[in-house]
Amino acid sequence: MAVKTATGAPAELPRGSAPAKKGFRAWLNKRLPVDEFVSTQLTGYYAPKNFNIWYFFGSLAMVVLVLQLVTGIFLTMFYKPGEATSFDSVEFIMREVNYGWLIRYLHSTGASAFFIVVYLHMFRAFLYGSYRAPRELLWLVGMAVYLALMAEAFMGYVLPWGNMSFWGAQVIVNLFGTIPGIGPGLVEWIRGDYGIADATLNRFFSLHVVALPLALLLLVLLHLVALRQTGSNNPDGIEIKARLGADGKPLDGIPFHPYYTVKDVVGIGVFFVLFAIVVFFVPTLGGLFLEAPNFDPANPLSTPAEISPVWYFTPYYAILRAVPNQRFGALLMLLAVVSFLFVPWLDRSPVKSMRYRGWISRTALALFVIAFIVLGFLGKRPPEGLYVVLARIFTVVYFAFFWLMPFYTRIDRVKPVPERVVYHAH
Amino acid sequence: MRTDARRRRRGAALTAALLLAALAGAGASAAKEESAEQPKEGADWQSWHVNNDAADLASVQRGARNFVSHCLGCHSLKYERWSRLGADLNIPPTLLQQALLPPGDKATEYIQTSMPAADAADWFGKTPPDLSLMARARGPDYLYQMLKTFYVDPTRQTGANNLRLPTIAMPDVLSPLAGLKRAVFRDEINAAGAHEQVFDHFEQLAPGSMSAAEYDGFVRDTVNFLDYVSEPTQTARRALGVWVVLFLLAFTWLAWLVKREYWKDVH
Amino acid sequence: MADHAVVADDEVDLSRRKFLTRATVATGAVGAVFAAVPFIESWSPSERARAQGAPSELDLSKIDVGQMAVTVWRRSPIYVVRRSPDMVARVSGHDADLKDPQSKDSNQPKYATNVLRSRTPEFLVVIGTCTHLGCLPKQHFDKGDLYPSWPGGFFCPCHGSRFDLAGRVFDGSPASINLNIPPYSYPNPTTLLVGVDEKGEA
Repeated sequence: MAVKTATGAPAELPRGSAPAKKGFRAWLNKRLPVDEFVSTQLTGYYAPKNFNIWYFFGSLAMVVLVLQLVTGIFLTMFYKPGEATSFDSVEFIMREVNYGWLIRYLHSTGASAFFIVVYLHMFRAFLYGSYRAPRELLWLVGMAVYLALMAEAFMGYVLPWGNMSFWGAQVIVNLFGTIPGIGPGLVEWIRGDYGIADATLNRFFSLHVVALPLALLLLVLLHLVALRQTGSNNPDGIEIKARLGADGKPLDGIPFHPYYTVKDVVGIGVFFVLFAIVVFFVPTLGGLFLEAPNFDPANPLSTPAEISPVWYFTPYYAILRAVPNQRFGALLMLLAVVSFLFVPWLDRSPVKSMRYRGWISRTALALFVIAFIVLGFLGKRPPEGLYVVLARIFTVVYFAFFWLMPFYTRIDRVKPVPERVVYHAH
Repeated sequence: MRTDARRRRRGAALTAALLLAALAGAGASAAKEESAEQPKEGADWQSWHVNNDAADLASVQRGARNFVSHCLGCHSLKYERWSRLGADLNIPPTLLQQALLPPGDKATEYIQTSMPAADAADWFGKTPPDLSLMARARGPDYLYQMLKTFYVDPTRQTGANNLRLPTIAMPDVLSPLAGLKRAVFRDEINAAGAHEQVFDHFEQLAPGSMSAAEYDGFVRDTVNFLDYVSEPTQTARRALGVWVVLFLLAFTWLAWLVKREYWKDVH
Repeated sequence: MADHAVVADDEVDLSRRKFLTRATVATGAVGAVFAAVPFIESWSPSERARAQGAPSELDLSKIDVGQMAVTVWRRSPIYVVRRSPDMVARVSGHDADLKDPQSKDSNQPKYATNVLRSRTPEFLVVIGTCTHLGCLPKQHFDKGDLYPSWPGGFFCPCHGSRFDLAGRVFDGSPASINLNIPPYSYPNPTTLLVGVDEKGEA
């Protein structure tokens, strides 16, 4: 520890001014615990000092959530749900509303950005065992956020009422038809008509702009509360609360504010540079973020030549198509999503972080990431020839990662975990 | 206010005179290309790229004129307003009225075709599609290849067929410009072991009023115009983007300096 | 003690830290203001609304003498009154009863800033919304229609504002200024174009 100070005493931490006795601030704090909130949640909340680049994506997900809410609120002011009006109103936004094109591109790019940061955020959890005790519930709430986000994204995708919107809705809603017994009736109930129609579009609109955003906000809040309860994990997978200083503060912790607020702002800046490049120069990202067939209005009599969901769903879609049996395919796709929920109990390694795990766990994670990406790629390709074979191989890899975890994590050789976090001052 | 800004940005260089000259001219825009005197004309049609630039206002203006005189009879641009077209393309209202607007149409209206949809469906078997978003839905290269691969096919009711869009319902309305082509197919045996007719090359049957290079320029301009129409804000979008990215870079750099300062505390 | 993660460091330049923080916050604030512009601007009339607000044309030959026609410009009714010589005469003689007889505090183009509040004596062109709270005044063109000394004009049913045949407001009305007059012009003697004049489109 390179201590340059003469005294070596803990620094006076910038914690705002001392509690005011008089004036507006005192008046306010008597009625609303503003200072208390700041001191317990920001300046007095200690986070491990060794966060690396993987720890940017949580705050980025929050930023994207706010961006989606704001742009969504404005789009709702101009969008008109309805078979006859949806497509036209989106073009009205793109062409006639002042800066409507910008607001729409921010929202459409934001949807993909949301999944990018959430996937990286989830990968971080796998990398450092962030889902392990005592953070199982934090992980489960996070997965609930992910599920709500998938529903939100799917319904939002239907709203522009392009031809991909229509056929995407058709395919996904029909998945419910594979449920034995109640399937066909359920599909009709979800659609509210004998096909994807006005009724479907309007209920999806309501869910997309009211119900699911409320659920998302509530779940994100729960996620944060759970995080504050357990404290953050870190790249070494060590509980910093186990080593407290004489003042009762974690020795390896630093106040969230200012240290991580100033750091997160840099991450947000870098994110927005990349985000702006997409929004302003390649808003469709070659058909990945906005698909070309969706610039054709919905046509119930003409399926686009190649139909696939947006990129963030394609890994699951590839798993669905890898199975020749319709019902089993849908079930396996469901299982692919649900498998994430069990990870806290499937992982039996004595250590949390990949830093101290052996080659088996590392290889397993690497293979899983490769499988996820390859499946995502295959979901965009027609299900024929070599693609089907590959999809089946990587579907097996995908599930092996989860369901063999209790075995390979136990036999894996681990390295000793240090007592204190590893951090090199710059 | 925005219209003024747009006009300023595009500068005064592109004046009415320029457009008038373009209107008078034959419409060849692309630099004289070496005429494709290859033995296998059109054999590589699937790799043709239009490489258009929607910021090339002169080209878009010529494309607008091409569209009005050759496409508007059947195809609408129902999301584009005439006045918007005039403002974006720097065409003064009076010239817009004289040169482009069909008689009786108002500049504040959307660009509609005069052909009744029911008649169109009767004549062509389907209603000619609106072209507002065609360049985004299919891509400019698709439109470019389609407009350049019409050929004579007596088996079709319209007497024409197309490589990009086989059994196309649209007649070869541009043949007076491009001339008539015959498609030569060769017999190949496919993977399944069956005989297959594969396109080999084009043979010019009759010349049109334009040379090959002139027609290529004509198509490029028209596709470029359709690209503009598919997203009229695209030029403004890119122009604004430069400033946004520069600002964000500056902000991020400042934020990084702050972070570095604060993290000197952390050991 | 020396294990603590955050330690005061003599080398730290607090003034530099403060300066950089302020510069970043200021830059961020500027960015936030710029970022708000598209959202605020999106509420302004769209291209479509502005196109629909284009000048509105009216054929004057179809209005009989002494009658009024109503056209719409920018979602407001435009009253066009073809005043007979008798009606023109009835505009004068009650200046003392008016709030703003010279139209000094009222809104009209320069060419309508006169007693008759119009380009030509014959045609009165006014925005037909009461300058009080926006109701539509009704026509009462006949002399003595409302009360014996009534010279003819408009009466607003909502709050009782009264205007004469030049759209000038009478004393005792809740409205405080005369009826507004839009920019207009005559491209030819029988055509009225509301919303455009020598200065161009409004």
